[in-house]
Amino acid sequence: MLAPETDLPLELRDVSVRAGATQILDGVTVAFSPGAPTVLIGPNGSGKTTLLRTAMGLIEPSGGRVTWGGRERVPPMRRAIVFQRPAMLRRSAAANVEYALSSADVPRAQRPKRVEELLALVGLSGFDARAARRMSGGEQQRLALARALAREPEVLLLDEPTASLDPAATKAIEDVVRAVAARGIKIVMSTHDLGEARRLAGDVVLLHRGRVIEHGPADEFFAAPKTEDARRFMAGELLI
Amino acid sequence: MRGDVSALQLVLTADPALMEIVRLSLVVSLSAVACAAVIGLPLGALIALTRYPGREASIVVLNALLGLPPVVVGLLVYLLLSRSGPLGTWGILFTPQAMVIAQTILVAPIIAALARQTIEDLWLEYRDELAAMNVGPAGRVATLLWDARFSLLTALLAGFGRAAAEVGAVIVVGGNIDGFTRTMTTAIALETSKGDLPLAIGLGMVLIAIVVVVNALAWGARRAGERLAG
Repeated sequence: MLAPETDLPLELRDVSVRAGATQILDGVTVAFSPGAPTVLIGPNGSGKTTLLRTAMGLIEPSGGRVTWGGRERVPPMRRAIVFQRPAMLRRSAAANVEYALSSADVPRAQRPKRVEELLALVGLSGFDARAARRMSGGEQQRLALARALAREPEVLLLDEPTASLDPAATKAIEDVVRAVAARGIKIVMSTHDLGEARRLAGDVVLLHRGRVIEHGPADEFFAAPKTEDARRFMAGELLI
Repeated sequence: MRGDVSALQLVLTADPALMEIVRLSLVVSLSAVACAAVIGLPLGALIALTRYPGREASIVVLNALLGLPPVVVGLLVYLLLSRSGPLGTWGILFTPQAMVIAQTILVAPIIAALARQTIEDLWLEYRDELAAMNVGPAGRVATLLWDARFSLLTALLAGFGRAAAEVGAVIVVGGNIDGFTRTMTTAIALETSKGDLPLAIGLGMVLIAIVVVVNALAWGARRAGERLAG
């Protein structure tokens, strides 16, 4: 009997990504296993977005290996990503979610009920007929979350999901993240907001210049960072 | 002024000769737009979504074809369809079919160029999301065509505007035969040269009205689409 397919653990081993002469990721080794959310932090340009896209399989590393459940080059069936600026399909909110369900091969008869459940999960009940592109930034982020969850992922990658949102919209997103994590979905998210990292993280990965500087449980990381770079970053100093 | 009044009368009383010219014009131009859409939309999508050597050059050529002189297209189709031409055996020179072919050649580059731009812009926006949702090539094309439908409608209308307004191609390959290949534009040219201004003005009024109505419908459809789909 074949073992059930899974995308976890998601492992990057000595992964490098280059864009022309620029080294974006430089020998990154990190593994994401089931459990509390993993939060990627680091200054702008440290490689957070590239790490998430590589983990999703959207970027082919120039060196190293990425494996999902121990396998390489697996199509994204049990993983999903929400981009920092998600593109909304030129359709209604419900049709956006319905499209994601369709792309995940959910039978047509089941889709209306699933659309309703997913919109409710992200706090967008009653938004069904709204044009997705006319919704606010926070609402679009939540709709993108609903779309990602339509794929019933084991691992959900979120790229700065609360960037440029007001506090109320940020809280709404964080509530969804907690609810999703409580369902057993592994969250790997990036943020530039240390407060958000403290509120959500089970473990923290600090990136700087494409390298993992520190990776450990959130309480230990915030109480006693092991590296000088981590201490300086948390003190608000610029890491050059 | 008397010419204007007579022209209005021709339009308001639906003069049979005028109506026949209008009917033939619409049949030819709409058929040409339909044929050009069948060629131009997939061609635009193909160029937008594929990468191949010489792609940039093909875009430059396609854009250059937007300025094709109708009378030159007419001449080209004339040479193809004339008795001694490679397609002379078809025997369709000086028929509405020849006019449809000529206008299709004029309109297809417009639809293809506008469709390419529209689909490429949307593809840049959707690319990551569709890749993340594991949508295959056929699904991507279908999604882009569907979501760009209101913009593509504008491309079709631009093509219709070009077809309905041109005179050079249809007069060369159609011959402006009364009751058979006479369109609004060729009739306006002829009647003006004959000094029969009421019919020419009447046809001009109908032609402008058609263009205005078609564009108003497209504008309405686009606004409705934006309300529904953003």
